[in-house]
Amino acid sequence: MAPRACALCQKGKAMVKRPKTGQQICRDCFFYVFETEVHNTITQSNLFKPGDRVAIGASGGKDSTVLAYVMKTLNERYQYGLELFLLSIDEGITGYRDDSLETVKRNQEQYDMPLKILSYDELYGWTMDAIVSQVGRKNNCTFCGVFRRQALDRGAAILNVDHIVTGHNADDIAETVLMNIMRGDIARLGRCTSICTQGEDTIRRSKPFKYAYEKEIVMYAYFKKLDYFSTECIYSPDAYRGHARAFLKDLEAARPSAIIDIIHSGEAFEIKEEIKATQKVQQTCKRCGYMSSNELCKACTLLEGLERGMANSGITDRARKKLEAEGPAPDNLRTIPYFKLASGNPTITVETPS
Amino acid sequence: MSTLNLKIEFGGGLELLFSNQRSYQIALPSLVPKDNSTAEESLAMKEMKALDVDYLIHHMRDHMLQERVELFMEKDTVRPGILVLINDTDWELEGEGDYKLQEGDEVVFISTLHGG
Ligand SMILES: [Zn+2]
Ligand SMILES: [Zn+2]
Repeated sequence: MAPRACALCQKGKAMVKRPKTGQQICRDCFFYVFETEVHNTITQSNLFKPGDRVAIGASGGKDSTVLAYVMKTLNERYQYGLELFLLSIDEGITGYRDDSLETVKRNQEQYDMPLKILSYDELYGWTMDAIVSQVGRKNNCTFCGVFRRQALDRGAAILNVDHIVTGHNADDIAETVLMNIMRGDIARLGRCTSICTQGEDTIRRSKPFKYAYEKEIVMYAYFKKLDYFSTECIYSPDAYRGHARAFLKDLEAARPSAIIDIIHSGEAFEIKEEIKATQKVQQTCKRCGYMSSNELCKACTLLEGLERGMANSGITDRARKKLEAEGPAPDNLRTIPYFKLASGNPTITVETPS
Repeated sequence: MSTLNLKIEFGGGLELLFSNQRSYQIALPSLVPKDNSTAEESLAMKEMKALDVDYLIHHMRDHMLQERVELFMEKDTVRPGILVLINDTDWELEGEGDYKLQEGDEVVFISTLHGG
């Protein structure tokens, strides 16, 4: 086939077919429209204000690597006035996270952003390798998910940032919408599509790539030759999510707008008042001070189970009753350092480029 | 019989299915069976076509892939979620599997399915 001219500038050779619009555009126009759409998402949702300190949740993977690059580009081009940081969580997974953290360390130098790495080991006293050797490969993702969420908030508090941005893209959000529908989790269905979430006193979290297709993120990384790490987590047996993703990719192949259509469907679910009323009010965990809907936060519950050798007590009701029957938690139980929200001047040291 | 020299590259973790090697130089015949059969002895009586990307994908499956064919192919083409670029251009602009390969072409396969 003869090369076609770019639909936007009419000059360059078309090299990308945009999944959202079918438009055929050249490499330079692709960079420009991709970056501009993220900029529009940011400004239309008023995500930031000048002077904000913003941490980019960085895993070394494609999404967060492209996010760090684009955030830096837009912050300079449009003078957002943001102070940007990289925040990485080290779950302690040999052969997976140690390699991806090397990528993040290179990103720190390439993008000239301060980096903070916080490990499960220093926070909870348990690496994922150690957790898996105790609980096996069935519920390990529950531990990892709860621990990561809290670790990110604590890392953000250490960095004294106002805001965490994550690399979740349109495909990820559509996939989560599908999974919440399949689980019948209506309360979460409305929430999972919101671009920015903030609980009572938690740190703001947002997703500037909410409308960015995975295909375009990967194309962007390829054309810009960005340095990212790609292998599957060695402990990730989330077959259910895998099926949801394969289904979504099939839908996208048949009709590329399917991804945005599913996000819009999720947004259209308003949470009715009576459902809201059954959601628990937020309080703080009596043991570690983190936000919680119960006396103990999920991480403290899971950690107590691990420490007392009954890891399932944070997972099933039956195991929890068995743990309670053995009496209260011992005084010398390992606990998570007390959580304080960031305020005043930052007093931390971040890793310096070597 | 004339052959064409091609460069194959992998990205996004797809190289793990191909002996963890990111780049290959291969040579394929310029005329190949229309049914994409890659067995040597079958050439004689077959209807032939010019070498295209569809045939290349079947050749990769039969002669280069080390494991788990379902992670590379689905229904006679690459699995959804794998991006293909021909000389750095999105293959959707080049006729996808019907693209007729030329001497020296570079074909890149990138998985989008690995963690963010
Ligand atoms: Zn152009
Ligand atoms: Zn707690």
